Amino acid sequence: MQLPDAEKVFNSLARKIQADANKDYALVGIRTGGVWLAERLHQELAITKPLGILSVAFYRDDFDKIGLHTQIKPTEIPFEVEGAHILLVDDVLNTGRTVRAAINELFDYGRPASIVLATLVDRGGRELPIAAKYIGIELELPDEKMLAVKLGESGKLSLNLYVKNSTE
Amino acid sequence: MINRNPQLNENGALQHLLTTEGLPLSMLLHILDSAESFVGVTERDVKKIPLLRGKSIFNLFFESSTRTRTTFEIAAKRLSADVINLNIAVSAQSKGEALLDTVDNLSAMNADMFVVRHAQSGAAHLIAKHVRSGIHVINAGDGSHAHPTQALLDMFTIRRYKHDFHNLRVAIIGDILHSRVARSQIHALTTLGVPEVRVIAPKTLLPKMVERLGVHVYHDMAKGLKDVDVLMMLRLQNERMKGANLPSAEEYFKYYGLTAEKLSLARRDAIVMHPGPMNRGVEIDSAVADGKQSVILPQVTFGIAVRMAVMSILTGNQA
Repeated sequence: MQLPDAEKVFNSLARKIQADANKDYALVGIRTGGVWLAERLHQELAITKPLGILSVAFYRDDFDKIGLHTQIKPTEIPFEVEGAHILLVDDVLNTGRTVRAAINELFDYGRPASIVLATLVDRGGRELPIAAKYIGIELELPDEKMLAVKLGESGKLSLNLYVKNSTE
Repeated sequence: MINRNPQLNENGALQHLLTTEGLPLSMLLHILDSAESFVGVTERDVKKIPLLRGKSIFNLFFESSTRTRTTFEIAAKRLSADVINLNIAVSAQSKGEALLDTVDNLSAMNADMFVVRHAQSGAAHLIAKHVRSGIHVINAGDGSHAHPTQALLDMFTIRRYKHDFHNLRVAIIGDILHSRVARSQIHALTTLGVPEVRVIAPKTLLPKMVERLGVHVYHDMAKGLKDVDVLMMLRLQNERMKGANLPSAEEYFKYYGLTAEKLSLARRDAIVMHPGPMNRGVEIDSAVADGKQSVILPQVTFGIAVRMAVMSILTGNQA
């Protein structure tokens, strides 16, 4: 299957946010793919507040099934969440469960004025009432395929499809 | 099957934490790395995450302890687990209930985890072998055998200040003979690749053939502390002194008590650790305990993150 060029999709996503940016957003990326995107957006949109990084591992709803195996890098929120307009950034939006976990975690840092979501790819397989405000591209993919953003050595983003590990 | 490490399941995942002995390097590093992210949680305003929501953790303390029990309790609460503290010395055991009967009764109350402190070496192993799969056991100190979470928080502290284990000289000083902490530390330090672990103590406070654990033995602080990066003090365990191992506490302080003068023999950037509770003026002088090379209070703080990591890893590894 031919996947779109992630760099082009990213540019289109950045333009959509730019066209709409009447708020002083604080950017928060979700590890790992969302952080790469958020770093790029942070530069491109010349955001003043420092970039936040969320590791939602401690807030996931499937901890009982998957446990704590991979190394978990910490969450870093270097700005005041209380009263902030937060732009949450993730690479792929599908079930919405990761975003649910991210929202819960953000609220443990304070009460934001608002949270909106930007995603590079929306797969549409929602299991929760969650919607992105900014979408790079909508893609319909078979359920058993996983989609992830990769960061190449040149700093270029790419989209990769793989089959879900059967043990997970 | 018979020789299988009782802490691990068939897939090699950690089911119980009973001792640092035989724990693979990868698992020690996994615990230390996970603890790093839990430190972040403990530094927030809301020091609580929902990871163990709905789990019941029983603190079974057959031997008194304030700090260890409290840090386990705080760790569990910060993970949103429900904690039940049982001080068994004043509970059913004094009515003659057998250890495993106590465990069975608490298991029937749907316990998910037992944190066990017992004066008898092997008590936590016995409980771990007895409980049904899905219940996890953490050894919070058994007799003079092991105290793995203390050793792990010590390793975490060393890594925080010294960054790398591979170029360190570490000295463990004091009552090695009665110390479960020292045994767990030695196993962890060796696995993590510390090239030189020393023990410094009078002959009467060293176990027979302690060299077999891979340590260098010193009886003299002046020689033993030379070029040392990390000093791990041990408490002089008066309550465990059954024989006449020492003439007096004053005599001990004179030769083995850590004073600023003795500390100056170690490297200038050496750190001083102590598992607590300290006997000031016996194994450590107040000026050192409160001095700028002391990392004794950070040890306590890190102990919570390390225990959060252990509880989370165990709970995530279902049988």
